[in-house]
Amino acid sequence: MAEQKRIDQPTGTETVGHEWDGIEELNTPLPRWWLWTFYATIVFAIGYVVVYPALPGLTGATKGVFGWSSRGALAETMEAEGARKAPILSAIAVTPIEQLPAKPELMNAAVQGGAAAFRTHCVQCHGSGASGSKGYPNLNDDDWLWGGDLKTLEYTITHGIRNPDEAETRNSLMPAFGHDGILTAPQVQDTVSFVRVISGQEKQSASSRRGAALFEANCAVCHGPQGKGMREFGAPNLTDGIWLYGGDRETLTQTINNSRRGVMPAWRGHLSPTTIKMLAAYVHSRGGGEATPPPAPVETAQAEGGAAPAAAPAN
Amino acid sequence: MNSMNDITDSPLGVYQKRKAVFPKQVDGPFRRFKWLVMAVTLTIYWVTPWIRWDRGPHAPDQAVLIDLANRRFFMFSIEIWPHEFYYVAGLLIMAGVGLFLVTSAVGRAWCGYACPQTVWTDLFQHVERFLDGDRNAQIRLDRAPWTASKVWKRMRKWAVWLLISFATGGAWIFYFADAPTLQHAFWTGQAPFVAYGTTFVLTMTTFILGGFMREQVCIYMCPWPRIQAAMTDEKSLIVTYKHWRGEPRSHGKKRAASDEAHFGDCIDCLQCVQVCPTGIDIREGPQIGCITCALCIDACDKVMDQIDRPRGLIDYATELDCEREMRGEAPVPAIRRLLRPRTLVYFGLWCAIGVAMLFALGTRARIDIAANADRNPEYVRLSDGSIRNAWLIKLRNMENRPREMTIALEGLPGARMWKESDTRESAARSITVEVPADQVLKEHIYVVAPAAGSAREDFAFTVQAGGDGGEKARDAESFVRPEESE
Ligand code: SF4
Ligand code: SF4
Repeated sequence: MAEQKRIDQPTGTETVGHEWDGIEELNTPLPRWWLWTFYATIVFAIGYVVVYPALPGLTGATKGVFGWSSRGALAETMEAEGARKAPILSAIAVTPIEQLPAKPELMNAAVQGGAAAFRTHCVQCHGSGASGSKGYPNLNDDDWLWGGDLKTLEYTITHGIRNPDEAETRNSLMPAFGHDGILTAPQVQDTVSFVRVISGQEKQSASSRRGAALFEANCAVCHGPQGKGMREFGAPNLTDGIWLYGGDRETLTQTINNSRRGVMPAWRGHLSPTTIKMLAAYVHSRGGGEATPPPAPVETAQAEGGAAPAAAPAN
Repeated sequence: MNSMNDITDSPLGVYQKRKAVFPKQVDGPFRRFKWLVMAVTLTIYWVTPWIRWDRGPHAPDQAVLIDLANRRFFMFSIEIWPHEFYYVAGLLIMAGVGLFLVTSAVGRAWCGYACPQTVWTDLFQHVERFLDGDRNAQIRLDRAPWTASKVWKRMRKWAVWLLISFATGGAWIFYFADAPTLQHAFWTGQAPFVAYGTTFVLTMTTFILGGFMREQVCIYMCPWPRIQAAMTDEKSLIVTYKHWRGEPRSHGKKRAASDEAHFGDCIDCLQCVQVCPTGIDIREGPQIGCITCALCIDACDKVMDQIDRPRGLIDYATELDCEREMRGEAPVPAIRRLLRPRTLVYFGLWCAIGVAMLFALGTRARIDIAANADRNPEYVRLSDGSIRNAWLIKLRNMENRPREMTIALEGLPGARMWKESDTRESAARSITVEVPADQVLKEHIYVVAPAAGSAREDFAFTVQAGGDGGEKARDAESFVRPEESE
């Protein structure tokens, strides 16, 4: 490898001086446009360091001449977004939840907002499609333990289920019939047979006929004489095809032996009443929502006394 | 730094340095045709956005409008929705086939007359001639030192160019918004930033491409010449120098001193070269730089008139004709040269696409339904054992008035449906909604059907506008049930 610089005749350009098998490399200078672009990037970089926060120091980075920062920009965006949403949020806040459906615009906004809140707070248990899983109710269906109208949903979300720290929580206790020795193991099996008969999974048998009596004595108080459930106690309907934990023999045996006591957090205090209202609207919109029952006469009188002036012109 | 120039100037240089082109003024039938095309195309470009077209209260009254925000394309009485983009695709294909047709018939005529680059370059050159004088004056001015007078002349030329460029770039944005409104907003500083940005970019590209790059665009930057060159064959009419008639060329004393008969008709006056907007010498044979503008024909015909020789030393001719002429046979009539299988096939194709699109436009429905099944969850078992699926249904009302539409179930016996905003109590076989003018209405719909049935049962959503006899559309879907094993 000879190191001999020379001028290449045809091109008039100096070679770099290396030679491999008779092939030489021309020392062609960088194109001017390339150099100028390069210098421009340097100037740009310096400008960038001056204008934006860039150099780290002990107490933080340099501020940049305009004091811009991505955190600041984010805060501004969030504030603007908050201001944009404020009117509709406050309208939702002052509207009683059962009146939302009458105002499609508010209802729509509530459902959207509820969907967003749901993705943050509820999907962990109820799943992203709100279809639940074993032990966590499917919110798309029309089977409600405690009721599926807007007002009830709002109450459930606010106070939770069997929440130990919440005085007004939804509460119900099913005895652990086997564990506590109320029923013997064969009796539990008979009850299971009966439940599977009324839910259409098994045919009548001697066992189920024995179970019928046991059911009437022990279970009908909460689940109703026909096993159709009672919402006051959050007692599930045992005659439909929907099971929170499962309708097979094994699961039912476990349920009756040990009872089930699912807990849902009370969201009061964690989420604003408006967010809870929006969550209820979203859950209601999933297809199983029920119409709000007409209020009892006494309640109507109260509501009219309190909210009539505000509500009347709006309708 | 100097060695850069050494390379480009050296005999082995890779790059040819640009030679400035100062095309000379010329007159003749082709030049006049070029004027006409220029006038027509520029008028179309500048006037179109200002044509009004009354579409009633719910739609814009601009005849040609690309409404990006609402994703509509309006063209007189035709309105194209994004899902009908195939009409635009069809137009583009027609433009392509049309280009094939023109090219296979008469060479790069698109380049020579109608291409925006050509039109604006031509316009700029007229400005240049008007301000600085014709070719020779321009060359003199170009070589002259930078005196005050030259600076003034350059400034005034660039100013006029910039003005034209601004009018060009500015006109573009009017295709995308209501022209009078945008015009007002533009001058009062209230137009959206994108309007100013677009105007600026197009002004600068017009200024640079039309004023400075000119033939460089046609020769080096544009991909069309390569494609178009492949489209021409020995039967295409292209601008040709008839060398068997012109050669050997000579001029001046040499020609006068000897026997005229030794020489061809070309007197080497270089008129054809001087008028050429791409600065080439057509006498060197067909070449990629030629945009078939035929200005050299105009120039040479004049010369032939002066020296009393027949016109057409440079002429529109096919290669086959040239061969015939060289053998002394009569040329084929122009009409026979144009009507040949290849052009006829292109023409037939072009017409077929056009007719098909017209037919489709005439019979297209102005109503549409598109259903999108929920997949999370796919189905829900309800407490009475029935199964529920959900769909997001989009109803398109493509007319300029609000219309009532009825969605109904076709098939799926026993099924009923209700809107998300209602509850199951209102479930029915059909739902009637009002869809606003020119809009898409989205409805989340729940469909409940008995549990008995196949895991995937085919059915369809139908939609009908107004009462009986209204427009109809349907969308085939399947209803999903849990598999037996569950
Ligand atoms: S204009 Fe005609 S005569 Fe003159 S140089 Fe060109 S081909 Fe020859
Ligand atoms: S050679 Fe003639 S036809 Fe071709 S570009 Fe030049 S002037 Fe136009």
